[in-house]
Parts: sequence; C-alpha cells; structure tokens
Amino acid sequence: MGKQSLLRVSGLHAALETGEEILRGVDLTIQKGEVHVIMGPNGSGKSTLANTIMGSPVYHVTGGRIQLDGEDITEAAVDARAKKGIFMAFQAPEEIDGITVSDFLKTAKAARQDKPVKFFEFNDQLQNTLDTLQLDAAYAQRYLNVGFSGGEKKKSEILQLLTLNPKLAILDETDSGLDVDAVRVVTDGILRYKNRDNALLIISHSTRLLDELPVDYVHILSHGRFVHTGDRGLIDEISKNGFARFVRAEAR
Amino acid sequence: MERQKTQLDEVDRGLYDIRDTAAPDYQVAPGLTEDIVREISAGQNEPDWMLQLRLKSFEIFKKLEMPTWGPSLHELDMDQIVTYVRPKAAMTDNWKDLPDDIRSTFDRLGIPKAEQEALAGVGAQYDSEVVYHNMKEQMKAQGVVYTDMQTALREYGDLVKAHFMKLLPPGDHKFMALHGAVWSGGSFVYVPAGVQVELPLQSYFRLNAPGAGQFEHTLIICEKGSKLHFIEGCSAPRYNVLNLHAGGVELYVREGATLRYSTIENWSKNMLNLNSKRALVEKDGAIEWISGTFGSHITMLYPSSILKGEGARSEYIGVSFASAGQFLDTGAKVVHAAPNTSSTMSSKSISKLGGNTTTRTSVTVLPEAKNSKSSVICEALMMDSDSRSDTIPGMDIRNDEVDIGHEAKIGRISEASIYYLMSRGLSEEEAKAMIVRGFVEPVTKELPLEYAVEMNRLVGLELEGTIG
Repeated sequence: MGKQSLLRVSGLHAALETGEEILRGVDLTIQKGEVHVIMGPNGSGKSTLANTIMGSPVYHVTGGRIQLDGEDITEAAVDARAKKGIFMAFQAPEEIDGITVSDFLKTAKAARQDKPVKFFEFNDQLQNTLDTLQLDAAYAQRYLNVGFSGGEKKKSEILQLLTLNPKLAILDETDSGLDVDAVRVVTDGILRYKNRDNALLIISHSTRLLDELPVDYVHILSHGRFVHTGDRGLIDEISKNGFARFVRAEAR
Repeated sequence: MERQKTQLDEVDRGLYDIRDTAAPDYQVAPGLTEDIVREISAGQNEPDWMLQLRLKSFEIFKKLEMPTWGPSLHELDMDQIVTYVRPKAAMTDNWKDLPDDIRSTFDRLGIPKAEQEALAGVGAQYDSEVVYHNMKEQMKAQGVVYTDMQTALREYGDLVKAHFMKLLPPGDHKFMALHGAVWSGGSFVYVPAGVQVELPLQSYFRLNAPGAGQFEHTLIICEKGSKLHFIEGCSAPRYNVLNLHAGGVELYVREGATLRYSTIENWSKNMLNLNSKRALVEKDGAIEWISGTFGSHITMLYPSSILKGEGARSEYIGVSFASAGQFLDTGAKVVHAAPNTSSTMSSKSISKLGGNTTTRTSVTVLPEAKNSKSSVICEALMMDSDSRSDTIPGMDIRNDEVDIGHEAKIGRISEASIYYLMSRGLSEEEAKAMIVRGFVEPVTKELPLEYAVEMNRLVGLELEGTIG
C-alpha cells in the first residue's frame, strides 16, 4: 500500500431526502499533488459529488464510503471534515449578514487549528492574500458575501481557500459567472494555493479556468457515474464536441 | 401559591446567577395595602406631594384591570410581592464603603471597572435603594447633575415635581399606577444647556431579594443643545418564585438636544419585567433608544417617543432573545405631533427552544405632523420549529403628507448558512452563534465596546445548549 491516498471514494451512492438517487457508484482516488477535473452535463451529479464529499446534510450516503488520509469519514460531521483538511469553494456562497470577511476568516482559522490566531501574523497574511486577488483592503471589512457581485463572491471563496490552506480543495463551478479578468485573478489564486502536498478537485462545465492549471485527470460524470477518465486532452475534445460521445456510451 | 414555579431554562448563567446571602436591613410585608404605601413613603422622608401621588396611584391601581392583550400575567400574585427591600448599606460615592457582599456583586458585574475605563458616572441600585452614586468632577463642574431620585427630591424638588410622572401618568395602565404607588430608587440626570457629556453615564439595577419587586424611577432632562448617552443595565439571580420589575423612565429632550438611552436587560428567568419608558422630544431634538432584552420570564416593554417639536427625531433599535419559558413582548411607540418629524424602528428578535418573541410597534401621525417620515423594520429569527415569533405593527396616520414604510421578515435559521460555516471548520454551535451574532450586529455596533462585548456574551449564553 506504500502510498496513502489523500482522498479515496469507493462505490459511493448518494440520494436526496426524497429517496431520489443522484450518485450511483462513484470511484475516485486522489493523491497528493494531483489536480482532478470532473466534467459532465447539467444534472449529472457533479455538485452532488462535491457536496457529499464535504458532508452536506442535503444528501444521504446510501452506499460506499469516503476516506481521507486512510480514515473513513463517510459519517463524519461537516466541521470534522473541514478540520481534517477538506475545503469546498461553493458555487453559490451563502451571505452571512453582520459578520465581516476578516472576522469570519479569523474565526474559521482558529476553529481549524484549535487555537487562537496571532493577530499581526493573520493581518499580514490577509493583506497579502487580498493583494493577490486584487481586492481592496475595505473588502475584508464588508459583511461576508452580502451584496457581493458574482465575481466578488467567487474571489471570497478563493480568499478563504488561501487563508485556510486545506489539504484538498474542491472547487464547485468556481469559474461560472466570471468575466475574463476575474478568471485570470481566480486562476492566479488557485495556482498560488497549489503545491505538491495538496490536491484540487475541480468541478466545471466550462473550460476557461482549466487552461492555466496543471490538470492530471479528467473524469466525465453522467447519470451519477464516471463514464470516462482521461488526461487533459479530454478538455479540448469536450469543448469541441460536447459530451455526446460519452453520454451515448452509457446507453440506458 | 407558596412557591410559584415558572418554566425555566436550565442554562448556567454564570456570574449573573450568584446570589448574596446577606439579609436586607429592612423590608415591607408582602402584598400591597395603603399602609404599605404609607410605610414606604415614610421611610423615604419625602415631601407630602409625593405621598399624595403615591396614594392617588394606589387608588388607580386598585381600579385598573390587568392588561387583556399580550402575554398572560396570571402567574402574578401581588399578595406575594415584597414591594420594598432596603439593603444594609447607606449610599456612598466610594465602593470601599459598601459591605463586602454587595461590593463583590458589582465587582463581578464589572461596574467599577467600566466606571474607570469608559464612563462619566455610575449609579448602582441594590434591591430598592441606590447604594452607590458618583460622577467625574469635570461633569460636576459643567453643572451636570447625576444622583439618586431621593437626593434629587430633596435638592432639586421643584424640578422633580414639575416632571415626575408627567410623561407616565398613573392612569395609563395598571403597572404605571403600581409604579407610582411604590417606586423607590432610580436615577436623576440633569444636563444643562449646551453641555455635551462625552462619556456615557450608567445606572445598574440589581435585584437580589427573592419574591421582591423593583420599581426604580429614572428621570432625565437634557436641556437645549445638550448631549448625553445614558446606559441602563439590570440583572438578578434566579429564584423559583416570581420577581417583579415595574420601573419608570421619563426622558425630556429639549430643543436640539440628543439623548441616547441604552438598556441591556438580563433579568433572571423568574422575572416579570413590565417596564414603562417614555421620551418627550422638542424641536430638532433626538431620542435614540438602544434596547437589548435577554432575560425575564415575561417582558412587556415598548419605549415610547412623543415628537412634540418640529424636526424632532426618534430612533429605536431593539434586540430580544427568548428561550424556553420566555415570552418577550417588546417593541416601540412613536407619536408624530409636529411637522417634519421622523422616526425609525428596527427590531431584531430571536427565539429558540419554544421561546416566544412578539414585536409590537405603533406609529401615530397627527394631522399637524405634515411632511413626517417613519420607517419600521422587524426581523425575527427562529432557531427551531418549536419557537414562535409574531410581529404586530400598528399605524394610525391622520394626514396625507407623510412617508411611511414597514417591512417584516420572519424566518428560520438557514440550514444552508450553517452548512456553509461548518464547511470552514466551525462547529454547529459556533456556526449558529456566528449567524445570530451577525443578526444582532446592527445593535451591538451602536454600543460602546464593553457593552457590545457583554451583549455578545449574553447571546453566547443564550445559545448554549441550542443543539438538539
């Protein structure tokens, strides 16, 4: 077994409260240093997979398991997963009124490391990260995501990613709704996060974000299952021809 | 009805719940009779007009019915309430003079520390009497008066007589009449024209005796162009008999003056808090009510502003937090009685574990109040499906040239928001606390730092044990 996988998802089934099954047997192994991309048509279960790995109470695991660093986290609470090193950049981040970005980040960082943050160190790091994302210092004093534009919300997620520095970052449609300049800034942020000891799982149905990133594997999800896995060459093929070939391959 | 039990939440309220064991110096018998009213008056060594006001109020009290709206007050048995309890301590301006147990109570509550760091003056009441009153020399030199009501009656008798219970006539409701009959303690503040009191004054009311009532009277006069921030804090340890609080607050805001009146109420959950507060605001004056209601079994509290002069303003920001066994019926009233007056009311209420919050607002615009503006926003957050929130807006608009807005939002705490915060490593409890802290932020940001911290700590205390 020499090498311990960072994330190992095996035979994962997940359903809504209503019983409707969305994931129907997903297998996925991610090693440290890797970048995985999940593509697929709308409704194929991409966001469900991301949220099930994060532990969303909306989805119920009905089969299979999820392991992080060899530890079974299938039943773990959301905050326990976060503390073990999983992070998800949300497609539609929640607005939390009355709590500033800065206050929130400080609280989250303290919660993850189970000790208070050092004030000056935190502020320096925050300022630095704001600069990377071309965000004004005043941004950190605004209420979390409240009244943010689409682009500002996505940058908020990347700001959190860089501040919390998790082992595994799941990016759920982080590029949707961004203009060209914002994609550039977000990509820079992701590149700054990326190193040999962590990993990225990127959910996308467009390809703009992926051009600059070192993608190792591309998985195609259809009807709750991976129907094809390849290298980054797949991205170009899909942007030319769409998903038809793969979706057809999974005849029902 | 020996030991009337109320349903209580078993939250550990820490320092607020520490009781003193010291026996009072003296107390009247439980219940309310004319003899008791006369006994209280005689003990105060007060002028005859005050005795007559007490007796008249008592007659009115006997005639008036209990309120027939709002929370049920059937648990209140006036025969069990001790209306006057004198602590074993004479009033002083030096904390060291107080008996150890009383001093340590206020020490624990952080009052002497706040006095040194952030306040221009402090009054501290223990049961029925003020035991400490002091103000910085600089304020005295500017002619500011801040003292207990009994001293004010002696030293500023005419001023007190001209204003006392003029805004709170005993005939208005049963508990105002009760207050008129048995009031004791409280603070008197006089700010001369043009004087800006930069640091807040604070009066703290502590009720220690079980089964007792507290009926303090606060009278503030802000003369033309003056400015004051007055903070009122209150707490009591918890007993399994009902305690009663029926204080009275009368605020006179003269031309161009600004008065901010902040309250952080943290009565124990065996308290009936039936308090009356009114402000009369003259031309271009402003009253700002900041109100945090956390404790008590039942609260009925609606600070009222009468905008008497042209251009007068009223602002009300309130937060209430009701848990198991609590029914907090709060809100505000405004009467626009002159042109170009404006009022805003912003209320935030939180309920959990079956707690009940009601927000009642009333806006009256008289025919002469042309070109007036009023905006009412009520927001309620329910932590679970057992809890309850109601908003009851009342409007009586008697002219056409007004700009009136009302908005109400009632909702359950968002599961999606809790999930979002937990995905960053916050526990479920921390996530809920953060959402609530953000929800009440419009109130906490209006308070001086020390009080904002206390408010957040109270929110934290209330939230403990919310999971389940």
